[in-house]
Amino acid sequence: MSRITKTFSLLKSKNKKALIPFITAGDPSVEMTKKILHQLVESGADMIELGIPFSDPMADGPVIQRASERALANHVGIRKTFEIAKEFRGKDQNTPLILMGYANPIEAIGFDEFLRLCKEADVDGIITVDYPPEESKEYVAKLKENDIDAIFLLAPTTEKERIQQIIKQATGFLYYVSLKGVTGAQNIDIDQVKHRVAEIKSLSDLPVGVGFGVRDPETAKAVASFSDAIVIGSRIIQEIEKSDENNMLENIAKIIKSIREAI
Amino acid sequence: MDNYNFPDQNGHFGPYGGTFVAETLIEALDELKEMYNQFKDDKEFLDEFHHDLKHFVGRPSPIYFAERLTHKIGGAKIYFKREDLNHTGAHKVNNTVGQALLAKKMGKPRVIAETGAGQHGVATATIAARLGLECVVYMGSEDVKRQSPNVYRMKLLGATVVPVESGSKTLKDALNEALRDWVTNVSNTFYIIGTVAGPHPYPMMVRDFNSVVGKEAIGQMDELVGKQPDAVIACVGGGSNAMGIFYPYIPYKETRLIGVEAAGHGIETGKHAAPLTANSPVGVLHGNRTYMMQNEEGQIIETHSVSAGLDYPGVGPEHSWLKDTGRAEYVAVNDDEALAAFHNLCKTEGIIPALETSHAIAYAEKLAKELPKDKTILVNLSGRGDKDINTVADIAGIKI
Repeated sequence: MSRITKTFSLLKSKNKKALIPFITAGDPSVEMTKKILHQLVESGADMIELGIPFSDPMADGPVIQRASERALANHVGIRKTFEIAKEFRGKDQNTPLILMGYANPIEAIGFDEFLRLCKEADVDGIITVDYPPEESKEYVAKLKENDIDAIFLLAPTTEKERIQQIIKQATGFLYYVSLKGVTGAQNIDIDQVKHRVAEIKSLSDLPVGVGFGVRDPETAKAVASFSDAIVIGSRIIQEIEKSDENNMLENIAKIIKSIREAI
Repeated sequence: MDNYNFPDQNGHFGPYGGTFVAETLIEALDELKEMYNQFKDDKEFLDEFHHDLKHFVGRPSPIYFAERLTHKIGGAKIYFKREDLNHTGAHKVNNTVGQALLAKKMGKPRVIAETGAGQHGVATATIAARLGLECVVYMGSEDVKRQSPNVYRMKLLGATVVPVESGSKTLKDALNEALRDWVTNVSNTFYIIGTVAGPHPYPMMVRDFNSVVGKEAIGQMDELVGKQPDAVIACVGGGSNAMGIFYPYIPYKETRLIGVEAAGHGIETGKHAAPLTANSPVGVLHGNRTYMMQNEEGQIIETHSVSAGLDYPGVGPEHSWLKDTGRAEYVAVNDDEALAAFHNLCKTEGIIPALETSHAIAYAEKLAKELPKDKTILVNLSGRGDKDINTVADIAGIKI
């Protein structure tokens, strides 16, 4: 059983929902990313999504784009991301770590090297934003061979037949994109999300996480009432942007705790 | 290359092309594929398309024998396919007429586009005005600065121009931003991509709409010269004008197809926009797999060319395939050579070519010199250079 699956079943037995914060590796610096990762866990995160910086993050809104740009300015790319992940795993053997990124950096170092680095850092799952299932059969098969969960996005526009196809490939959990748009957008329609999550759950036994538009405790609470996990990213990165090194961890802790309590 | 039949039904040209997008866009692309398949052989649609190409764009564009240039070079005969004479001044309009018509058929009231030099933005704004569609054009803020006349043109035509401040602030970032708009407004918006890149079906669809150029040329060369050219030459950024003229020529095995990329300051300096000539690694960007300028960790690197329209780190996936199969050859011409060809053509033929096109002309001059006088070369004169006079004057240190 993968670390992600174990965490979900443990939470379920306690009747709790997973809180999954997202940050970008190397933002605002390599050292701070390392500290933030542990702070997130300490403040109540159940799993962590770590973004691999990319020069052209097409699915991301302005906040995560800026995070990527800061990370790249710090010379953090895919290899440095794995170094950060490996160091985190050295100190924390329990919290699932999910990498989120775009196809090109993965292809640039090659699947085999990518998998080797995943194993070395003991990474639990991968979300590859621009790899729809029809373009990633070989890749997904390799992830599975290596016991790494292949987490797929489902969108408001994904039709039922397609959901059924994607479910066959997916492991770990399903990530429902709560709105038509990029990360960090405003105003999700809770009723619509609820309806869609119910539809997905009727088709699959996998846990369903919701992300892209969750930015405050109220929304998180509402979404958590009908899903298994909340992903929150841009809101944390905004906290990184407005904090200095002295109060950053504290400010991030506050946000995470407020969401943790709400769900 | 017998029975050339690409892409396959999933948009692959050999290992290139495909559909590498976030899940939200899949449904929109499926819808587009379905509608395009339905309309591409529909007589009524094609009649409307060709009616607009004739009466609004001014097609067919003529073939012109560049007699003085040919004599000056002293080798093969050089002919031009005069896409610069189209309404809006470049080949770009062929594709926008086709896609905008499709948008209208699909009931999308809003179109968006990315633009580098501004030619595709102007062509999109133009046809949007003609069809009464709302139009938003994304343009890197660096390009907004260097192509200000085209920015104003788009505004005159009623379009909203959004300067893009992210990344390198050029064409690739404009494309990212247009994709972000599309993912957000996917229900009412049609994304008119300006080159043979993007996810399937765009590379195929843009090629098909632009292939009117090559189809006309085959008939015109036959009529005017009595034979097909020994070489067809076109500049390649994303590669839409080249694909438009190459595609109908693929079965004509005696005709060499030569794509000319931008060598910028020189391939060896790394400051160029020539992924095919430089043999860049294969990568995934903007929805497709293709040769791509990137560092060893897959970050897309900044490109350089004197012409904004060629300043793109990738290239249409079909060009990657034509390179690998050997059906087309790819070479590069640097900034100085392109500028020299620009000035030469102005004075020798009375044609001010676009800086993008000047790359193709520069290579045609080189090749013509090597070939005997009974050979013929056809250059796709893809656009006129009125938009570039400020850039050229700046380089010459002249204030206009």
